[in-house]
Amino acid sequence: MTDQPDPTLQTMLEIKGLTKEFGGLKAVNNFDMEIYPGELVGLIGPNGAGKTTIFNLITGIYVPTRGIIRFKNTNLMGFQPHEITQMGIARTFQNIRLFPNLTVLDNVRIAYHIHAGYSMVDAILHNRRYDQQEKALTEKAQEFLSVFNMHTRQGEIAKNLPYGEQRRLEIARALAASPELLLLDEPAAGMNPKEVAELMDLIHFIRERFNLTILLIEHQMRVVMGICERITVMDFGEVIARGTPEVIQNDEKVIEAYLGRGAAAISQQLREKRSHVA
Amino acid sequence: MEHERLNFKDRIIKGKWIGKLFLVMIALLAIWGIGSKAIYNPQLFIQQIINGLQLGFVYALIALGYTMVYGIVRLINFAHGDVFMVGAMVSYFAVGVFHLQQWPSAVFPGIPLYLSLTIGTITVILLSMIVCAILAMVIEKIAYKPLRNAPRISALITAIGMSFFLEYFGALPFVFTPNFIPYKRPFDIVTWYVNNGVHQLQAGKAPPQGSVIFSNILLIIVLVTIILVLALTYIVQRTKVGKAMRASSYDKATSRLMGINVDGIISITFAIGAALAGAGGVLYATAYPSVFFWMGMIPGLKAFIAAVLGGIGSIPGAFVGALIMGQAEVLAAGYISTPMRDAISFSILILVLLIRPTGIFGEPEAEKA
Amino acid sequence: MKIQRSTLAFWVPFIGLLVLVQVLSSVGILSNFWVTLLKIGAVMSIICLGLNLIYGFNGQFSLGQWGFYAIGAYAGADITYRWTQLHSASGLVVVLLVVLLVALAFILVSKLMSRLRGLDTLSGFTLYIIGLLMAAVIAIFIGRYLINPITNLLNLLPLNIASQIVFFFAVLLGGGVAAEVSYIFGFPVLTLGSDYFGIATLGFSIIVKVLLDNSDTLLGFEEMKGARGMIGIPKMTSWIWVSIFLVIVIIVTRNLLHSTHGRAIISVREDEIAAKAMGINISQQKTITFVLGSFFAGLAGALYAHVNGFLHPNTFSFIKTFDPMIIIVFGGLGSVTGTVAAAFTWALVLEGLLRLVLPQGFETWRYVIYPLLLLVLMLLRPQGLFGTFEFPYLRQILPPIFQPRNSAKPTETVNEIPGDGA
Repeated sequence: MTDQPDPTLQTMLEIKGLTKEFGGLKAVNNFDMEIYPGELVGLIGPNGAGKTTIFNLITGIYVPTRGIIRFKNTNLMGFQPHEITQMGIARTFQNIRLFPNLTVLDNVRIAYHIHAGYSMVDAILHNRRYDQQEKALTEKAQEFLSVFNMHTRQGEIAKNLPYGEQRRLEIARALAASPELLLLDEPAAGMNPKEVAELMDLIHFIRERFNLTILLIEHQMRVVMGICERITVMDFGEVIARGTPEVIQNDEKVIEAYLGRGAAAISQQLREKRSHVA
Repeated sequence: MEHERLNFKDRIIKGKWIGKLFLVMIALLAIWGIGSKAIYNPQLFIQQIINGLQLGFVYALIALGYTMVYGIVRLINFAHGDVFMVGAMVSYFAVGVFHLQQWPSAVFPGIPLYLSLTIGTITVILLSMIVCAILAMVIEKIAYKPLRNAPRISALITAIGMSFFLEYFGALPFVFTPNFIPYKRPFDIVTWYVNNGVHQLQAGKAPPQGSVIFSNILLIIVLVTIILVLALTYIVQRTKVGKAMRASSYDKATSRLMGINVDGIISITFAIGAALAGAGGVLYATAYPSVFFWMGMIPGLKAFIAAVLGGIGSIPGAFVGALIMGQAEVLAAGYISTPMRDAISFSILILVLLIRPTGIFGEPEAEKA
Repeated sequence: MKIQRSTLAFWVPFIGLLVLVQVLSSVGILSNFWVTLLKIGAVMSIICLGLNLIYGFNGQFSLGQWGFYAIGAYAGADITYRWTQLHSASGLVVVLLVVLLVALAFILVSKLMSRLRGLDTLSGFTLYIIGLLMAAVIAIFIGRYLINPITNLLNLLPLNIASQIVFFFAVLLGGGVAAEVSYIFGFPVLTLGSDYFGIATLGFSIIVKVLLDNSDTLLGFEEMKGARGMIGIPKMTSWIWVSIFLVIVIIVTRNLLHSTHGRAIISVREDEIAAKAMGINISQQKTITFVLGSFFAGLAGALYAHVNGFLHPNTFSFIKTFDPMIIIVFGGLGSVTGTVAAAFTWALVLEGLLRLVLPQGFETWRYVIYPLLLLVLMLLRPQGLFGTFEFPYLRQILPPIFQPRNSAKPTETVNEIPGDGA
């Protein structure tokens, strides 16, 4: 694993000079990032650093003030969120956004809507095409749920699931839209250490199984450091550091952003002391 | 991306000029429709503006109640217009049946007439305000409070039910009767006309050609409304209750944690809104002197549009919206088409919402992902 | 094709009831008064099923249903009025052509708009208006030449059959006109937030009412007679016709909801942003639902117009806009059974029972009792009279639980799966 990925590779996602202003406030300022196929990249930063804004910009919920977002060489500027999803970017949300009153199965089936092979007229007539396609779609969704070991809970109402299951369902639902790039927004938020460990396994698993590229926002250092190959650190809407987990762990600016200036100074002293000893 | 330079074709495609052109066309049409007639008779135009002002100020009093209640409980309180009707009815009974406006002269004989009438009128207005406030608190208690945690539509339905109830209960023969009742003003109307200076109009005489008329009713409406709005602003901005109101409208759960009696605050909000509507009812009845059980519906609706136009939940918004609504209604009736004036007010509302989806002073809806 | 038991369990009693009403009324046991009320109940069911699609399933708080109902009523009435009173198919031909050409224009404009990125709503709306006007002018122009041939063609048929054909088309076109108006009105307005959308649609109802009040002067339809009320509409809405349309509407609603398109519609109600993130074009879903719901309202309106043979703008006053809303809330939002049941209950109790039960001189008490009932019911049963009850046929049935097949691949992955929390 090298610091700089092979530059000859085609980027999966390329962000250049991305800026988003809300009124006078710059939530994101001149943000750059490149993600290559198959990578698992982390985006970290303190609260309010603008991480989720980046997700909203990528998925088209916000329109950038300036800057370019390219997904597989297509400029995403001007595309609607649903079109972006159809291109192959799916996401989860920081505060889980399932379809609360629908069953687990329907939550996944909705994600298959864009691939449904019948029109509204077919649906209203309930003709053979509807029967076949609906059956195929349902089976696909069930099989998919079984991958996540949730097929036995298909009839449960989503809002009644326990928290960890809801997270899992949300990730499953995002994957059902068959994305190439998955954006995970703080998947470990509110989880206990055991659940976090399970989640990390899950992320590894889906990445292998679905051949995904993943961009992960996370707060918990343990998660990010544990699974990401490259990390970008943001503060106040700007990139303050990027590199491998080891590089980031020792980056002064990062420590300063997370712990404040005093702590950064202490850590600097510690590091110097350590190098003296060495 | 540097601002991409658009070539001509892109400009045509991307430009929002089509919609803007559409708006400009509508605006031009309206200006042409009004202006072409106004220019021949500027006095009439000014007269219309004055009439619109009078109407707008009454709407403002009603609109404030809508907007305050919406701001705090996110409920479109359809019964508000009927509270307004009750306010007018109370003043009708107070003035027409019990002659309440004469109490100062009865209690203190020898008091100057104008002082007696002023105090009497203020008493009538206060009485209406108090009755309306109590009514609104009762309505809130029985119809809305039990549904605070239910889906919003439930409270809306009870609001509609409450509105129907007040109207049709009022229409019963032993309550207000289903008839138009001529309203007796607590004071006599005095009219002035402006034609080379302000002159008082003698009763029974027509003003000279080309003069603009206004009456003491206009002055009283403007005065009372301004006083009440200032008082409201003071309450909301400066007092502890106002602070609690603003806090509750922002976040009820946290306000509760901060020790605010949210239910009490909601009740007070309803009461204040209703008191304003009650005052509005008295003023409306003096300006357009007839009362009937149905009278709250249309002004209530107009005031409600005004509140939405200004951005529902915003107090200055309601005020400005009401003034716009008053002008729009009078000008539309005077210059475009009288039967179409409601349609025109609503078209204005819809157009404004298309340009500013949350009204003039409304805060944009946060879309949080 | 095999028919499921749940299907039979729903349709046999339902159709049976409809037939029973027909039989009873032909025998003369059921008086005209009650048959009319039942017709109104069925009409109300159709409106409310439309509104339930819009509000109950799609989550758009619309108060415009009554406006579309009015549009459908007047459009349908005009067609049959011209046929029976003026003996010409002019209404039918012109409205049909307008509906078809305007639909074509909308399709063309929406094709054009999908090519153009970054066009704001207002500009799009303007384009649609231009398309609409052009199509309407062309339609009226062509229509002139077609009126006589088609009138003659219809005259070849026996009068009764021709009238029924005209009536059928009138009802469909009533729906069509309402649907197209809802499309062009909904295009900009559906972008508004929920309460603002509700108010804009309420405004729509009021605008329609005002226009109808002046239909003879401002709109130029003299036969509608403005605020004096339109008379002379043939009373052609038989119980059979109402039943047929009600059944069709129920089937369409049910079939639509049990498909991926129905789920997409519901997902918008559940969470718009999540739906967007799932690749669902929410503005399209909202438009489809709004147009379909308004189409139902228009159908219902045209049926209603031919129940009494008399239309008055006051029937469509904005106060009544709340009736369908009240009905669907009491029927249970998102419940088809509840909606139909509540609509019939509403018609029979409010219009029928209360009128009969109340003694002479107490008719006005009807509207005092009605809101009190509303209040009490709302406080006692906020989830609606029928709660979430739904006939099995109308309920979405879960497929059997997936059994991983032939053990090889899926089970392997299942074992591999980490974090089986349960």
